[in-house]
Amino acid sequence: MEGLTLSEAEQRYYCDLFAYCDTESTKKVASNGRVLELFRAAQLPNDVVMQIMELCGATRLGYFGRSQFYIALKLVAVAQSGLPLRVESLNTVKDLPLPRFVVSKNEQESRHTALYSSDADNPASYSGVIPPPPGRIQVKKGSVSHDAVQQRTSTDQQESTSPVVSPQQSPPTSPHTWRKHSRHPSGGNNERPLAGPGPFWAPFSEAQPGSSTSSDPIWSGHSPPPHQENWVSFADTPPTSALLAMHPASVQDQTTVRTVASATTTNEIRRQSSSYDDPWKITDEQRQYYVNQFKTIQPDLNGFIPGSAAKEFFTKSKLPILELSHIWELSDFDKDGALTLDEFCAAFHLVVARKNGYDLPEKLPESLMPKLIDLEDSTEVGEQTGEVGYSSSPAEAPPSKSPSMPSLNQTWPELNQSSEDTAIVHPVPIRMTPSKIHMQEMELKRTGSDHTNPTSPLLVKPPDLPEENKMSSSVKYTPGNTVTDGYSSSDSYTSDPEQIGSSVTRQRSHSGTSPDNTAPPPPPPRPHPSHSRSSSLDMNRSFSVTPGQQQAGVVAYPPAVPPRPQPSQGAGPHVHRPVDAEGLIAHTSTSPQQIPEQPNFADFSQFEVFAASAVNKEEEDEIETHSEVLQVEKPSDSASSLRVAKADGRVEEKSSANVPSSAGKGTTPLAPPPKPIRRRLKSEDELRPEAEEHTQKTGVIAAVLASQPSIPRSVGKDKKAIQASIRRNKETNTVLARLNSELQQQLKDVLEERISLEVQLEQLRPFSHL
Amino acid sequence: MAVCVAVIAKENYPLYIRSVPTENELKFHYTVHTSLDVVDEKISAMGKALVDQRELYLGLLYPTEDYKVYGYVTNSKVKFVMVVDSSNTALRDNEIRSMFRKLHNSYTDIMCNPFYNPGDRIHSRAFDNMVNSMMMQVC
Repeated sequence: MEGLTLSEAEQRYYCDLFAYCDTESTKKVASNGRVLELFRAAQLPNDVVMQIMELCGATRLGYFGRSQFYIALKLVAVAQSGLPLRVESLNTVKDLPLPRFVVSKNEQESRHTALYSSDADNPASYSGVIPPPPGRIQVKKGSVSHDAVQQRTSTDQQESTSPVVSPQQSPPTSPHTWRKHSRHPSGGNNERPLAGPGPFWAPFSEAQPGSSTSSDPIWSGHSPPPHQENWVSFADTPPTSALLAMHPASVQDQTTVRTVASATTTNEIRRQSSSYDDPWKITDEQRQYYVNQFKTIQPDLNGFIPGSAAKEFFTKSKLPILELSHIWELSDFDKDGALTLDEFCAAFHLVVARKNGYDLPEKLPESLMPKLIDLEDSTEVGEQTGEVGYSSSPAEAPPSKSPSMPSLNQTWPELNQSSEDTAIVHPVPIRMTPSKIHMQEMELKRTGSDHTNPTSPLLVKPPDLPEENKMSSSVKYTPGNTVTDGYSSSDSYTSDPEQIGSSVTRQRSHSGTSPDNTAPPPPPPRPHPSHSRSSSLDMNRSFSVTPGQQQAGVVAYPPAVPPRPQPSQGAGPHVHRPVDAEGLIAHTSTSPQQIPEQPNFADFSQFEVFAASAVNKEEEDEIETHSEVLQVEKPSDSASSLRVAKADGRVEEKSSANVPSSAGKGTTPLAPPPKPIRRRLKSEDELRPEAEEHTQKTGVIAAVLASQPSIPRSVGKDKKAIQASIRRNKETNTVLARLNSELQQQLKDVLEERISLEVQLEQLRPFSHL
Repeated sequence: MAVCVAVIAKENYPLYIRSVPTENELKFHYTVHTSLDVVDEKISAMGKALVDQRELYLGLLYPTEDYKVYGYVTNSKVKFVMVVDSSNTALRDNEIRSMFRKLHNSYTDIMCNPFYNPGDRIHSRAFDNMVNSMMMQVC
């Protein structure tokens, strides 16, 4: 059975009829007695009557519940209009005149009309339990009429009835509302653009079952026509909402019937229309009703209704889950998953509005805003602006709620409510996830609170995110007091919210973009301490070769030390290499410098003996070396010792080639060695600047050493050659000796530096402990 | 600024996906789907020892010639994937982070709604509004 939408007049009429038939006041009307009388009076053929009875479900039930009765009456009207009797016709047929019942019913009718015409005082005989227009029932969704009947009949039990039942009670609720109104002397009750709530949760209406018997003026007082329209629209919406419980009375038809009532209803209409100025305004009765409903779920008016309970409750309204979800989003102001009294009232109001056909707003209407939250406003409930400026930050606060701290959040309503009294800005639940806005709000709130403690929130701020967490947690610790220590501690001494906020933001900006949600994000992975990207490649290469040799004092050194020409490889480099990386570099650096000096070495007096030959040799050697150097340079590009060896080999070949040309140095083993050695020197020198790898040197040296035996011993027949070679050897010896001394000097210097640095370190160490 | 925003559930089915309705949105859907592999790779790589310290923001998942895909995963393994246009070079990492933060906040708001069953598709108007504000204004 679909929901039944009845117009105002229809509702009243039906209600009266029901009351009339409900002689035993059992809320059930037996199928005999007055009902039959009534139906007979409808002047319908019996089979039609039977059909009607069947359609309305009374045959199933065996009696007429309120909803069945209404449906039946509606069907009577349909039949009387000549339309085919169908369940759908109840809803779809509009402008159906009120069912006319002849004879005895006329009295009722007349009574009704009198009722309608007079604004008041009808003996409450019927008005008492003015049944909520079945239209309300339809609001309730698909529950079968049976349920509605049961519901209605047991208006008293409503509350305890299952949720399924409750919706049905919606119809009764309207009487409930009307009852409420009845309590009020003047029919001109408030404009309740949405007298809806009553209808819905009729169960809860039992609060005033008795009062319903009171007068009638209510009828007039209620915004029937508009409600009618609402209900009408309701009728339209049901198909979409798939909720209709009962035949939505396509009731709007009553208009014709209204002839009588029109006079009275016009006033009501007028009254009601004025109420539409603020359709979202909650009237007092409505508010009272909502509060009562709230109490049924949560006795403590300052407490919360948890989400699950609210879900169950609002599911009874038979709105689609999507709409309920949207209503929730609108009304859960602080996004805490629970409803405060205000939130609940707002949600309830929205549900009522929806049932009455109002479209859900995108944003929470102002009149529905929870009043207890001082922070302005949030007209932006739906907004998600994260980076809004200060002014909107308070608005952000409510929506931003930390889901992780529901328990603490529950303290908020208390705060909020108390804040109303104290007019102090209360911390609004804020989300744990740090966000600029919520930090700002916290600041703003704090300013409102007492500024006792000068402990500045700024102190808290710097660490940014951790601070935010702290602060939010501190915020939470402010139960009923406007500001607790946590807050007060975070009070800005400036006591200027904007300043605080700005400072906060400033700090925020310092924190840079602390945009990350939860804990401060771990710092980006630092570059490896091993300095994967060292500024100087030299360092890399040099240190990579001698990682073990690096010393504290040495670190700064190497890059600064210009490569020095390396003395002859032989033992020198070997000796120095283990000592110091820089020394090696120094060695290397020394070598190139010495290359050009080599010719000078030839000037040593000790070699004067072989001066002539030496000079010749030197010249030749120089020429050779130059050529060799050239050749060496080519392969010197590569740092491989192999190439060096090759170069050396080439050099050696050249040397060997030159040797015989020069005069058979090869005879003596000494002859080739010096040459190759020198060449090796040169090649190495050439290579050294390019080949930072010490391994290369070792390779070179090894190659040198290896190459020596491989040097083809040109048979130096000439004594001259031998002597020349001897001389050259001596030259190289002296050169090497000098180099050695220089290097040792350098070593000493470096060691002294190291010592001094260590001393400095020691001196500084005590300070480092501070 | 985003071209496509998607919220993927723990079981890797989409809870919400919205693209700029310019051309074939299916391409974006496919991109988001393939990016899930990268997301899984990242969280499995990080999550071994330090699940709590795991960074929620995953950063650039992979760039293509037209756009870049950014990822963000919550502690409940709900993933947010955002596709941004590569031509939008002005978009810095921090902006992406803030967008993800807004997404996360809106998502938690949805979770708070008792009428929302976790695992359902997201039909919230508020969420839609927020996502619209983040999407490319070109459309």
